[in-house]
Amino acid sequence: MTRPVPRGLGQHLVVIYPALMLGVFFIVPFAIMLAVSFFHRVQGGFYEPGFELDNYARFFSAFFARVLGFSVLVAGLAALVSVIVCFPFTYLVTRLGRRWQVVLLVYILAVLSLSEVIIGFSWSTLLSRTAGISNLLVWLGLMDAPAAWSPGLTALLLGLCYLGFPYTVLILYPPLSRLDPQLPEAARMLGASPLRTFFTVVVPAMRSTILGALIMVFVFTLGAYLLPQVLGRPQHWTLSVLITDQAIFQSNLPFAAAMAIFLMLVSLALVGLTMMLGSREALR
Amino acid sequence: MPGLKLEGVGKSFGTFAAVAGVDLDLPPGKLVCLLGPSGCGKTTLLRLVAGLEEPSTGRVRFDGQDLTRIPAHKRGFGMVFQSLALFPHLSVGENVGYALRIRGTGRAERRRRVEELLELVRLPGVANRHISQLSGGQRQRVAIARALALDPRLFLLDEPLSALDAKLREAMQVELRMLQQRLGITTIVVTHDQREAMTMADVVVVMERGHTRQIGPPLEIYRNPASTFVADFIGITNLLPGRATGSDEVTVANVPIRVGAGKELSRGVEVTLSVRPEEVHVLAADAGGDNRLPGEVTFIRDLGASVEISVDCGGLTVLAITTPKERPGARVGERAMVELPPAACIALSS
Repeated sequence: MTRPVPRGLGQHLVVIYPALMLGVFFIVPFAIMLAVSFFHRVQGGFYEPGFELDNYARFFSAFFARVLGFSVLVAGLAALVSVIVCFPFTYLVTRLGRRWQVVLLVYILAVLSLSEVIIGFSWSTLLSRTAGISNLLVWLGLMDAPAAWSPGLTALLLGLCYLGFPYTVLILYPPLSRLDPQLPEAARMLGASPLRTFFTVVVPAMRSTILGALIMVFVFTLGAYLLPQVLGRPQHWTLSVLITDQAIFQSNLPFAAAMAIFLMLVSLALVGLTMMLGSREALR
Repeated sequence: MPGLKLEGVGKSFGTFAAVAGVDLDLPPGKLVCLLGPSGCGKTTLLRLVAGLEEPSTGRVRFDGQDLTRIPAHKRGFGMVFQSLALFPHLSVGENVGYALRIRGTGRAERRRRVEELLELVRLPGVANRHISQLSGGQRQRVAIARALALDPRLFLLDEPLSALDAKLREAMQVELRMLQQRLGITTIVVTHDQREAMTMADVVVVMERGHTRQIGPPLEIYRNPASTFVADFIGITNLLPGRATGSDEVTVANVPIRVGAGKELSRGVEVTLSVRPEEVHVLAADAGGDNRLPGEVTFIRDLGASVEISVDCGGLTVLAITTPKERPGARVGERAMVELPPAACIALSS
């Protein structure tokens, strides 16, 4: 036990406070989840303490391999689309006057307050055959008959990207607004058109920021469990959906815990790999 | 019409006129300094020439061609920025060769030219280094080399030496001037440092609040300032308020002072006398004669190489700078006589 001396209280607090927060909100829950993942499930009941690898063994099937692969692919694709769309947008926002920047950022923060449920059902309506955008296109004469675009993979990706946009903008905004405006100007003076300046100076100079945004949005969309159910077909259900299903509807907490830990390990490995590739690129 | 010509060029941001209708003719092959205090519009004027800002009024011409609507990347000018703006993701060689890469020059030719440019700024063999491995002075040289890669028609520098320490700055001023003369390239340098302007410039343009106040060779401006602002900004000067009591006579602190040749003064008008401190002589208190103000020595700053003497003449402080050899015997607290030679006295309208 540390006995805080009045003189050193401040210094002790500096260490104790983060340690307490990490312990209470991260390490303890994670330890419980890790323990539960090895527990024995009582059929028709709850679970009892024990140590078995059955929950992990269940993964090694073609079904779970497919679901895991699909989950990673969809989250990766959503992250890629979000960053590709948001990077030029955020860059142009930082070039605007202060007043416009504030208006746009407040709007984006407002979008952030929408829940996954509202976003999911709104897109599901917008993409439906009876009340969706296709009716508008028919009215404009661009389509022959209204079509149902949801549920489906495109609808799911659209929803995930929409969910990811405000986060991506908020991640990209601080480093982009700190970018020295004289960098693109220097490129202009050296004969590069605005478009070439963007691709040869702004994007490469912001390489690590872009990589960071990709990782954040990837991890964020990997955890979405409502959108796949609302906008996707059963074959589009991601691992997060299966975890929810096992934990809430099948009452199989040990298996849900095992899947959650597995998903975390896989995403950690992917993030680590991306960062390693990124740092090697930077060293070159 | 060779060279750069500005015709009534102005730039307003909202209701604030950063540059107010400037007319300027820059002869080719010369180095011009835009000099003024911060916020006087000198950087905005440079950016208007570069094409990084579009003028609200007026035209920018170069060699007779109207450049007003030509974008920056098509003007063929080289520019060194205040922050240097070296690309952090590229090596030294890739920075210097960036313009050549954009233009589509082959790899071998590019490498040869980069080495040549680094040689020119006396920084050979660093092409493969990273920008972060260079010192401030070396980065400065890389920025200059990069801007010269395409043999620009006009070389623009925005406070290029402001990030360097005083000693290095003085050395770079001389080097930059020698480089400019060797290449014979028309150059515009923005600076707020009058010493820098005096060291490098063929022509100095003194600016204040968006207007050009005086244009000319640095020594001419130093000796014949057009206004109290210019006199005060270029070098150190004594500004003494007085009243014209004759066509070439001004009364300062109740003593009539004859002023040098210039425009005739109209009797009774309030004027300010500008006298450079190195022209002022401090004499013994009993020395009689014309153009002399009696006073009391208040401070002596002995810097070794020069001696600065402050004399209080009836409420006006007159500063004299002299050499140790010619140092008068006066001490702090003693009476003395200050002589203002007529040729050194310039009457400026207040």
